[in-house]
Amino acid sequence: MSGTSSHSLKNGVFVAPLEVAFPYKRTVGTLLSRFFTSLQQCHLEGTRGSDGRVYFPPAEFDPLTGAQLDEWVTLPDTGTVTTWAWQAIPEDGQPLAHPFAWALITLDGADVPILHAVDALRSDRIATGTRVKVRWAQERIGGITDIACFDLLGGAS
Amino acid sequence: MSEADGLMRLRLPIAVTYNWSAGPNATSHLAGLLEGKLIGKRCPSCLSVYFPTRNGVCPKCARILAEDVTVGPKGTITTFCIVNVPFLGQKIKLPYVAAQILLDGADISMQHLIQECEAEDVRIGMRVEPVWRDRSEWGPSMENIEHFRPTGEPDQVMGSESGAS
Amino acid sequence: MGLRDIAIVGTAQRPSEINSTFTSVELLLPTIQEVLTKVGIERQDIGFWCHGSCDYMSGQPFSFVSAVDAIGAWPPIIESHVEADGAFALYEAWVKLQTGEVDVALVFSNGKTTSGPINRILNLQTDPYMVAPLWPGFHVLSALQARACLEAGVVTQRQMAEVAWRSQRDGKNNPLTLSGTEMSVDELLSQPFTVDPLRAHDCAIPVDGANAIILAAGDAARRLAKRPAWIRGIDHRIDTQRLGARSMIESSSAAIAAQKAGVGKDRIDVAELHAPFTHQELLLRQAMGLSESTHINPSGGALVANPAMAAGLARFAEAAESVFSGSADRVLAHCTSGPLLQQNLVCVMEGE
Repeated sequence: MSGTSSHSLKNGVFVAPLEVAFPYKRTVGTLLSRFFTSLQQCHLEGTRGSDGRVYFPPAEFDPLTGAQLDEWVTLPDTGTVTTWAWQAIPEDGQPLAHPFAWALITLDGADVPILHAVDALRSDRIATGTRVKVRWAQERIGGITDIACFDLLGGAS
Repeated sequence: MSEADGLMRLRLPIAVTYNWSAGPNATSHLAGLLEGKLIGKRCPSCLSVYFPTRNGVCPKCARILAEDVTVGPKGTITTFCIVNVPFLGQKIKLPYVAAQILLDGADISMQHLIQECEAEDVRIGMRVEPVWRDRSEWGPSMENIEHFRPTGEPDQVMGSESGAS
Repeated sequence: MGLRDIAIVGTAQRPSEINSTFTSVELLLPTIQEVLTKVGIERQDIGFWCHGSCDYMSGQPFSFVSAVDAIGAWPPIIESHVEADGAFALYEAWVKLQTGEVDVALVFSNGKTTSGPINRILNLQTDPYMVAPLWPGFHVLSALQARACLEAGVVTQRQMAEVAWRSQRDGKNNPLTLSGTEMSVDELLSQPFTVDPLRAHDCAIPVDGANAIILAAGDAARRLAKRPAWIRGIDHRIDTQRLGARSMIESSSAAIAAQKAGVGKDRIDVAELHAPFTHQELLLRQAMGLSESTHINPSGGALVANPAMAAGLARFAEAAESVFSGSADRVLAHCTSGPLLQQNLVCVMEGE
């Protein structure tokens, strides 16, 4: 946490920008270590829940029963948009620097969707049901951002 | 990033920038620092003088501190510690002394550095005075005072008015 | 084992501000003094204090420690804090009163929602490995939910605009809120999308605010208020954090909480729903089974004044005031927390 002396007065009150920053390094545990290690190697894996549903990204614990999940399912890099929203003006830290879609995407063979970005360029090129494909990040660090975003399947038009 | 135990560590930094306001009750205190003055505030209920002014509120009485009171600049050490361990963000050369100082006219002590003497010579009751930075570096901040140093005056005998509360 | 009768006996709310120059303590102190004065008691009469707030809103780690300055912890008091909306602090105070250890409790909450980037701050509620590193922001998540609801036919754009229109109309009569624009439903529907399919009027206005409520048990409540708002049922339920693992088009946690709180046992005159997005109000009404005869958010609701971490307790204050005034007999107060109505607290109150 660091202050700055770039203060100003507003209605006779001292105000200043204040940045609060925490450089967290998190241990992700056994299951997510495997997930992020394979993601770094462009390999997509989910886990199967007690009701048979396949979670991607994997659930560590069954959302229904709380049991630790250990059945891995390899998945392809294609999927379907189940809902979406349009980010007209991207913000710091988001996957793309130009306008893009956010979407919940169910990978083929999975049942529970992942939130990620779709590089659709224009909002009229995406809809619920649109088919998409993983675009891998050039530099992969073992993290959800190793998936740079999703591309429209069939390529840009 | 994988470590010796085979488990991954993810760097997930969080940074948020706020527009921080010190609040109207802190204005006289902070404006005073800009002019090299030490201005505290008195509680209308228990009459304690606070420096710094802590949101302009008396934490015992839950009352707005109404009256500005100039305190110090000299004060008395009420307790201290000698810091020998390095930590993140540390700016001062080790070892150094961090002390609670009860400024003359205040009822609550404040923390600052003691320099210009050996750490082992610092003691409870020692009289100290502020050493200000160059005026060109001043802002509305206690950092305007670089440190406190001994005045050489006789020690103050600390009683119940120690301000340690 | 019988439950004690517990009621809200007084409320105070600070008018909403944007970019307030007051600190959290300065926002709280006069609000707490106001509720004590209204009820006619002193600080020393409070047996238990409970505070709801979030450090990320205040921009100050451990801000709840300094917030104790606003209540005066001398001689030492019994105090607790929840890193959540003040409505959850009210729940804790209700439990404390149920233990029988105290008879009067004061609950308070504050949110400096506009001093930082609220949309980014609320992102920090999401899964730290899978969602937060993408920085989707709060509005984006709600927009995904809104589209799912629209495409499933659970809500329509017009219904959403009608919620916004009614909230802005009613908010203008509430001096505590910031008055919205005065546009017709058709005009609202012609506005551009902010995050498609959401328009500006679909999203709550972040404000800085503070509020305080006094609760009392049994005879103490009857002594302190002419017409206390008796808590007849209160419950809170949470859904999984996992986006996509729960239904986007209904709120099962709100439905269970409402059922446990006894919402359906009789007619509800006034329901103060904490819905930060228009489609979420529609989902909540469906989940709780509220009928057309219930007056929804006569205060204007969180849409026209959303002090994060205080907006839920504000719903309790508004609902209780309608009992105090006699304008309603049976009321509902609701608070939500987390993205997409993840957590829901429902309380039913009645006059005698």
